[in-house]
Amino acid sequence: MARIVAGVATSHVPAIGVALDQGKTQDPYWQPLFAGYEFSKRWIAEQKPDVVILVYNDHASAFSLELIPTFAIGCAESFAPADEGWGPRPVPVVEGHPELAWHIAQSTILDEFDMTIVNKMEVDHGLTVPLSLMFGQPAASDFRWPCKIIPLAVNVVQYPPPTGNRCWNLGRAIRKAVESFDRDLKVMIWGTGGMSHQLQGPRAGLINREFDTAFLDGLTRDPVALTRIPHLDYVREAGSEGIELVMWLIMRGALAADAKEIYRFYHVPASNTAVGHIILENP
Amino acid sequence: MTDYNEAFKDIPGTVVFDATQSRLGFHLNQFCMSLMKAPNRAEFKADEAGYLKKFPMTEAQRQAVLDRDYNRMLSLGGNIYFLAKIGATDGHSFQLLASKMSGVTEEAYRAMMIAGGRSVEGNRSNKEGR
Repeated sequence: MARIVAGVATSHVPAIGVALDQGKTQDPYWQPLFAGYEFSKRWIAEQKPDVVILVYNDHASAFSLELIPTFAIGCAESFAPADEGWGPRPVPVVEGHPELAWHIAQSTILDEFDMTIVNKMEVDHGLTVPLSLMFGQPAASDFRWPCKIIPLAVNVVQYPPPTGNRCWNLGRAIRKAVESFDRDLKVMIWGTGGMSHQLQGPRAGLINREFDTAFLDGLTRDPVALTRIPHLDYVREAGSEGIELVMWLIMRGALAADAKEIYRFYHVPASNTAVGHIILENP
Repeated sequence: MTDYNEAFKDIPGTVVFDATQSRLGFHLNQFCMSLMKAPNRAEFKADEAGYLKKFPMTEAQRQAVLDRDYNRMLSLGGNIYFLAKIGATDGHSFQLLASKMSGVTEEAYRAMMIAGGRSVEGNRSNKEGR
């Protein structure tokens, strides 16, 4: 049977992608950030997941205001990097796992989560920056990501986004779905976005290290308490874009209650954002 | 639901993109989406006012775009992820947009971020002054 072995959370700042693509990872500004992912790159090279379920949000790339799915699962064979206004990132096309993705769609819908099924979609920095941070840049001689990826897009742009509790419960339903998939697959789930940041208005640049640290602690200490944080508190305490943290709760909901923290990294700033990163392993 | 939306208005310097803003800004944001295509970016750059006339936006929205007044665009229903496409068309970084919206120079904004960002103290609530 398929099993979820670990969860990863990481921010997905677009400027990180730009720094990577322009070879600026050793600049004094960026070096501490990329150093924070060295452990993670080694860890994942040893782990060798078959599939990553990658929870992220689209930033007006694949979804405009014409269509706003709350939860959308990518069931296609592949997903091309989006042109976000300065050309697509020079990263490999994302290869999906249609069989498992459709299984998760069916299982979660029958579990009363109204998932949107997506068969054609471009993926933006929300999905590709976490891949770059965790896997590095694939060699030109073997230009592909080392595993299959199932994109799971969550609306956190148009209010109201899903509640933290809804995200947590979706994570639980995803775990049930994966564990009922009759193939021997090593699966990871990643929650991306966050941590505290605000990109708009006179309050732009807001960072709240205390809130972020408590959130990171809560992922192992008392994750259920995190599911009760109202949207208002995310926006007030972690900035208008800090609301992305609800996506981490899908990741956490899909793990065992006693999942262990094996790595954590926190860095301010990457452009406008507090970068948070954590690795949790299932027992 | 009214209470849900109203509660956010107590947060200083922040526009939450709720149903009201989304309805107000639909065409402004659709204009921004059009800038994802290179030929449209070229057309916009060649004749900004003419290009904006192709979208059924209000005059105030068009003027805010021409002025690159991002706070005004936000108040008129723009969403920052959509508005960022105007910035990208101009070749401006997100940090430059953020500095404009918070009324400081890009250098000052960048220095604030390196020093740990804008503190939440005093930025939580207008009503409670905290």
